[in-house]
Amino acid sequence: MRQRLRFYLGDELREIDAVDPTLTVLDWLRLSERRVGTKEGCAEGDCGACTVVVGRLDGDTLRYEAVNACIRFLATLDGCRLLTVEHLKAPDGTLHPVQQAMVDCHGSQCGFCTPGFVMSLLALYLNEDRPDGQRIDDALAGNLCRCTGYEPIVRAAHAMYEIGDKTSDRFADRAAVADKLKALRDEDILSVGSAGRRFLAPATVPQLAQLLLDNPGATIVAGATDVGLWVTKFQRVLATVVYTGRVRDLRRIEDRGDALVIGAGVTYSDAAERIAALYPDFGELIRRIGAEQVRNMGTIGGNIANGSPIGDTPPALIACAATLRLRRGEETRELPLEEFFLEYGKQDRREGEFVEAVILPKPGAGERFRAYKIAKRFDQDISAVCGAFRLTLDGEGRVADIRIAFGGMAGTPKRAAGAEAVLLGRHWTEETVRLGMEALTGDYAPLSDWRASAAYRSTVAANLLMKLYVETSDPAAETRLVGDRRLAHA
Amino acid sequence: MAPDITTPIAPAAAPERSPDRIQGAVHDSRRHESAHKHVSGEAVYVDDIAEPAGLLHVYLGLSSRAHARIRAIDLSPVRQAPGVVAVFTAEDVPGVNDIGCMGKHDEPLFASSLVEHVGQPIFAVAAETRDQARRAAKLAVVEYEDLPAILTIAAARDGERTLVTPPMNLRVGDADAALAAAPHRLEGRLAIGGQEHFYLESQIAMAVPGEDGEVLIHVSTQHPTEVQHIVAHVLDLPSAAVTVEVRRMGGGFGGKETQSNLFAACTALVAGRTGRAAKLRPDRDDDFQITGKRHDFEIDYRVGFDDSGLIQGVDMLFAARAGYAADLSGPVTDRALFHADNGYFYPAARLQSLPLKTNTVSNTAFRGFGGPQGMVAAERVIDEIAYALGKDPLEIRKRNFYGSDPGTDGRSLTPYHQTVTDNILPELVAQLEESSGYWTRREEIRAFNANSRILRKGLALTPVKFGISFTASHYNQAGALVHVYTDGSIQLNHGGIEMGQGLYTKVAQVVAEEFQVDIATIRPTATNTGKVPNTSATAASSGSDLNGKAAQAAARTIKERLVAFAAENWGVAPDAVRFERNRVLVGDRDMSFADLVRAAYMARVQLSANGFYKTPKIHWDRAAGRGTPFYYFAYGAACAEVTVDTLTGEYVVDRVDILHDCGRSLNPVIDKGQIEGGFVQGMGWLTMEELWWDGQGRLRTHAPSTYKIPACSDRPRIFNVALLENAPNREDTIFRSKAVGEPPFMLGMSVLHALSDAVASLAGHRLCPRLDAPATPERVLACIAALREREAASPQP
Repeated sequence: MRQRLRFYLGDELREIDAVDPTLTVLDWLRLSERRVGTKEGCAEGDCGACTVVVGRLDGDTLRYEAVNACIRFLATLDGCRLLTVEHLKAPDGTLHPVQQAMVDCHGSQCGFCTPGFVMSLLALYLNEDRPDGQRIDDALAGNLCRCTGYEPIVRAAHAMYEIGDKTSDRFADRAAVADKLKALRDEDILSVGSAGRRFLAPATVPQLAQLLLDNPGATIVAGATDVGLWVTKFQRVLATVVYTGRVRDLRRIEDRGDALVIGAGVTYSDAAERIAALYPDFGELIRRIGAEQVRNMGTIGGNIANGSPIGDTPPALIACAATLRLRRGEETRELPLEEFFLEYGKQDRREGEFVEAVILPKPGAGERFRAYKIAKRFDQDISAVCGAFRLTLDGEGRVADIRIAFGGMAGTPKRAAGAEAVLLGRHWTEETVRLGMEALTGDYAPLSDWRASAAYRSTVAANLLMKLYVETSDPAAETRLVGDRRLAHA
Repeated sequence: MAPDITTPIAPAAAPERSPDRIQGAVHDSRRHESAHKHVSGEAVYVDDIAEPAGLLHVYLGLSSRAHARIRAIDLSPVRQAPGVVAVFTAEDVPGVNDIGCMGKHDEPLFASSLVEHVGQPIFAVAAETRDQARRAAKLAVVEYEDLPAILTIAAARDGERTLVTPPMNLRVGDADAALAAAPHRLEGRLAIGGQEHFYLESQIAMAVPGEDGEVLIHVSTQHPTEVQHIVAHVLDLPSAAVTVEVRRMGGGFGGKETQSNLFAACTALVAGRTGRAAKLRPDRDDDFQITGKRHDFEIDYRVGFDDSGLIQGVDMLFAARAGYAADLSGPVTDRALFHADNGYFYPAARLQSLPLKTNTVSNTAFRGFGGPQGMVAAERVIDEIAYALGKDPLEIRKRNFYGSDPGTDGRSLTPYHQTVTDNILPELVAQLEESSGYWTRREEIRAFNANSRILRKGLALTPVKFGISFTASHYNQAGALVHVYTDGSIQLNHGGIEMGQGLYTKVAQVVAEEFQVDIATIRPTATNTGKVPNTSATAASSGSDLNGKAAQAAARTIKERLVAFAAENWGVAPDAVRFERNRVLVGDRDMSFADLVRAAYMARVQLSANGFYKTPKIHWDRAAGRGTPFYYFAYGAACAEVTVDTLTGEYVVDRVDILHDCGRSLNPVIDKGQIEGGFVQGMGWLTMEELWWDGQGRLRTHAPSTYKIPACSDRPRIFNVALLENAPNREDTIFRSKAVGEPPFMLGMSVLHALSDAVASLAGHRLCPRLDAPATPERVLACIAALREREAASPQP
């Protein structure tokens, strides 16, 4: 048991004994450290004004990731390097290429969102060379600007690569930084806290399993992209937090041959490429979950375990016939994912039990997978409706297998049993699809809220079945507005 | 501390003579004066100011009811909460419990017996930390007796129609007769949603107490003088005891014109009563609940027109949701009427406003200030005529433009009886029509739509004509204060607020130009009511027009003194004293600006001056509905192309071409930033930004997780922005520039009309889709469904 939090703030090793387990990085920076360059815009991970860059070890290599300081707990930085906007300028006052590009391209007006943009751009600059427009949009999707209309910031994202020499950049010492972080790595449980409240961060799965048996009331935190809001918005006081992000075995994706076993601690960013290789449309869906900062923290396991009816991965995973592996102490069990969601706010998880992995089968021959996310805004929005379909036709053009799952249409992510039954065995024609659409409307009784009315949700859900039909029957049809439109013709 | 304008700051004593002209002259594309501080996190916002020792954090306790009597309130749990130092209610207000900007006493700082909207402040709690204050604020036990709540425009129209302020009527010609005589008539109703400002820096104020009741307030506001007045009013102090300072805001957009009064007054009250500094920064969700937004409108229109689409007469009623108090609803709804013509001549018109009282937060200023809603109505009317006649809407737009020559064509009188003398829309639109390839693309889109199963494209070109000046004529004044120090460096202060629009940069350019010194010599300082008093809000796009002229006047006063001194001292004629490129030429002598200044100081010449400006020519008689409320008009046009997914209602903006009139721009790159940003904000208002209240009057879109402003990828995929060239302002504005804050916002209308065009293609462009705003994917899909039903019900030609 280690009772001291250790991380680097820039080049400075910080060791902290007493810390509020849910103190956010942002509050620590602004209130304790008086480093006020990092701004609070929303305190819910949606505007990006608080973006900082965290360096962490992925295996033995250093990865820099943009994250939202407003909903990240300070103690989750254990073993990491934290960079803030104050770290960019050289001691002689020379601006970093990212900053200089923003100045040269007139990327700031009121300037309040600017430190966040600078940090998102820094992560992009450090990780990628001359990315294309789509990647730049994705890297900036989690940063809102109300003044510029973004165009000059995008210009800066292109221009930053033309300024200075990246290899002699102030952050080019990656191997040295990796070594420093390796020196912080250990297999002890981290236990820090204050005023009787604890932050527990195990390093291994058995430690995690035991901690959850010992602390049945503990709140399990993975990316904190949801739990962070419990703290910042609802001011909930969490007595014991068990953080899964240090458990390296949970951050693995194992190729089992017939399936990927995705550890519960795998972030969206970690998983995106592997999943996209199997299911391109699932990859596109992940591209639109939250934004870069959220995807760098949020985990697929967390997206499942919190049981939200509007999480985006469950419908896709259910359509892919994924299964869930839960663990309690030494005991593990597996169940089809859809059976995990019992009703709104209630999942099939016992006290002390945790999601260990989700098992995603690889696509079978002839299977076609499509996922559609419908929201008011394409990026960084929560779905009004999220639909996923897995379709297999037989040699005669009949529906041999179909799995349809929706989010946003019921109290849980839910399959469209009626529509599936109607479609199964019929010829895949427009007439069949119209029958399916009618049945689909009967499968759900969605709610009206600020994201969409019940009527819109029902209509769109049915229309998505038609979109699936057009995409699978007319390869020439243009059907998509965003993302890699080649997918539509796959 | 980083230097203010450029790095490194030019040594004031002996700047190198630059080869041709000074750095940062007017009309130069000059970067924002704070750009290097924005990118390094060194720019200081109110929450970044080092807190005085003992500072208290303040939080507000809010109403959970839309309309209710407060029967009882128990604040003891709040008082007993950890860290709490004091709790304040209406009873603790030493002066007047009122923060309203119009003198109507309809907006209490703290509600006492009656709450009129969800989120209305009832009390404030001061505690040692913000977290403690925020937790304590939730602990009050309030017993309410609910009263009937009027939440929507429809409900307000149905009932007794309580108005928060008297309506305005504009009349020109005889609208009824013109409608009756017109060959074609049609009518309809348009609904336009509101908009949350979503300034990235939320509201904030910090008050520091002084002696004899004095208080210094750092606050994110567009209107320091009004804050000063309100604080004095609430605390029962003379205005002279209250000083308000603003270095910069993290965005305002109108949302900090009056809405900052509450936060400033609250902190000043706490500071005054406790003797400790006090700060109040609401969480984003609370900021959404507490502060007003852009007014939503329902507009009823009738129009009469001839076979060619020429408008004969219009009759429009503008019903607006004002919220529970007047705030700026009067001038906002007035401006809607002033812009209900956009760029079009109405031979006869009747325009009426209806600022309806509702039990929702009091709506307020927002970029365009009602003008956008008026103009959207004008554009809907144009669309209606076009579809009714089977013509392209652009044809109808051009057909109805104001005339270019008021002397001869008889098409220059506005509904408020001002003559339009500077109309450049016909030429501007013709230029954009050409550069955007409107007609070629119209054909390409027709071909695309004919062959597309799910996706539909749409195209629209919409104009903007926007009146420049506060319609409250007395606001059209400004002051400035310029100090020249003996090293030749210059401090510049004026009444305008820097909110990102580059005002400080532009005004510094004006002063640099006057003295012919590099802009690095000039240091803009925080706006402070103690330096320049009785200022107007930085609003109505007036910032650089007014403050630029005032600063120019101050600089010229000093320059005249320097010239007089130099002429006398060195025995030359005054016109032999010339300021050129950081040097001063006095006859055949050549000296640095600083050398001259030092010599002048030794000769006891005053090197500080204030400047003043008032806009000429304007006057407005609201009761008569006649006058010249605007000094001039700013023009622009945008052409937008969109693609709509007809299965989901989603859309993307494929391309936008803009041509905008900045007169002779003071700073083209900053103006371009205003145009790009204004466009995207206007597009957001009309598309994805939706305010959604539930049946209890609770705003459920109260943070960026639920209220969606455009994100990076929502900007147009191709975005061509050009400033109209060779178009100096015909009026004598500061270096013949034009205001640019608000006008580009309305360019966003092109997206709404392009979406409408895409939808119309589903019914052969025979029916006006009547797409209301915001055109969320849901509203677009519903519009498609309604159009298909109407098409099924109407016979094919």
